[in-house]
Amino acid sequence: MNLFWGLTLATLVKDIRLEWRSKDALNAMLFFSLLVVVIFAFSFDPLAEESRHIAGGLIWVAFLFAAIVALNQTWAREMRNQVLDAYRVSPAPANALFLAKSIGNFIFVSVLEALMTPLFVIFYNLHVLGPAWQLIPIALLGTWALVVNGTFFAAMSLRTRSREIMLPLLLFPISIPAVLGMVAGTTAVLTGDNPAHFYIVLLLTYDVVFTTASLALFETILHAE
Amino acid sequence: MNGIKFLFAAYIATWLIHGFYLATLVRRFSRLREQLRELGKK
Amino acid sequence: MKRLFPILSVLTALLLGYALYLALVVAPTDALQGDVYRIIYYHVPSAWTGMLLFLINFVASVIYLIRRSQKADILALVCAEVGVVFCTVVLVTGPLWARPVWGIWWAPGDIRLTSTLVLWLIYVSYLVLRRFSNSAQTQMLAAALAVFGALDVPLVYFSIWFFRTQHPQPVIGGGGSMDPRMLHVLLISWMAFLCFGFLVCWSRFRLELLRREVEEAHALESLAGAEEISPKASVPLSRSTK
Repeated sequence: MNLFWGLTLATLVKDIRLEWRSKDALNAMLFFSLLVVVIFAFSFDPLAEESRHIAGGLIWVAFLFAAIVALNQTWAREMRNQVLDAYRVSPAPANALFLAKSIGNFIFVSVLEALMTPLFVIFYNLHVLGPAWQLIPIALLGTWALVVNGTFFAAMSLRTRSREIMLPLLLFPISIPAVLGMVAGTTAVLTGDNPAHFYIVLLLTYDVVFTTASLALFETILHAE
Repeated sequence: MNGIKFLFAAYIATWLIHGFYLATLVRRFSRLREQLRELGKK
Repeated sequence: MKRLFPILSVLTALLLGYALYLALVVAPTDALQGDVYRIIYYHVPSAWTGMLLFLINFVASVIYLIRRSQKADILALVCAEVGVVFCTVVLVTGPLWARPVWGIWWAPGDIRLTSTLVLWLIYVSYLVLRRFSNSAQTQMLAAALAVFGALDVPLVYFSIWFFRTQHPQPVIGGGGSMDPRMLHVLLISWMAFLCFGFLVCWSRFRLELLRREVEEAHALESLAGAEEISPKASVPLSRSTK
């Protein structure tokens, strides 16, 4: 068991270190996230009365696009250096690799979200009418929902034509209940109209179901050749 | 009442959709049979 | 077996014709909706058939993941494709029914229509994966996706159901109990569409078998061609014994 977690941590630390050294991709994605927020601010009038009602949806759509950009390069490094082949041959449990990649993506997308949120608050003059602390579980669970399936489908897309478009094509339909939960939950907290508890439970259920499914099937698709 | 228009539109649309799919099946069948025949000649 | 097909086709066509007659002529007019409600005799049977096909796809995908059976894989592919066709019918007839009755084409909180849309999207992505994947393990990837899709379905239902309780929406397609005469016509309609769906699946199954046969023949031909060119040189596919 310790080997498993040791392996996961080692892979995760290696990924973070590599990303940190070549900050190009990082910076490009940060700038992309900023652009998305600005475009939305121009497209959807922030001063309108209903802005608080739609802000939840806008924020999560923006996060979704930023996440796709991040997820698309999940396995790029592994592909370039035939690391996946080495991994397939080694006795290391495939799930350790998957978990490390997912957690790495989670951290990365969370950083993007942490940067985009204040911008949204500023552009849309948001202030929260409901219990603000509930936004934290919604954000964490929602991000994990996108990232865990995204990492899995990114691996599936590796052996397809049009790899970059394949990922969102596979991810979006399956993510619909999670997106509904994230958006409706965020809107519920922002407007204070409805309780967000059920959406948090929904996101938690979604996360448990799909984390289990991904861990169960990752080894199978890793060996697909 | 103009609801009847929607009723007929729905029924016609249904068979158009099914017909279109069946047409693609027929086309694929004939193409494959032709390929098989060509392979048989070689 | 093959001789059965034309006979069943004729019978199914007759059954469909009979169902149509029942739907348009025999079934009583609805008190609230008038005659437009008769769309239900195409809309609901298509939905039930589509769901059944997706269920079979799920079972076939699981069987494939466990046993690697080619027949299971073909069945999964066939059910997905025909299921998408029936789902398309549901998604087209649904709004055509909603518009005259409720004045709106689409209600986001309508569980059945929205769930059907999500399922349609999932299975279209399944078909795209099968088309775009060029690996020898396409079938395995597709089966994994089908499992994910099936796990998603109850979550889709619950998420929309709860959304509805907070945002009351009109229910397209009506709830509540049905006049037994209408139910009778509905069930016969469903029988007719099930038979039709079965025949379409059977055709698609045969098409897929033929397609794989042709593919194999092509592959064998290329192999034969390679051997003709260099019969003495080592064929790359053979393993050297050591």
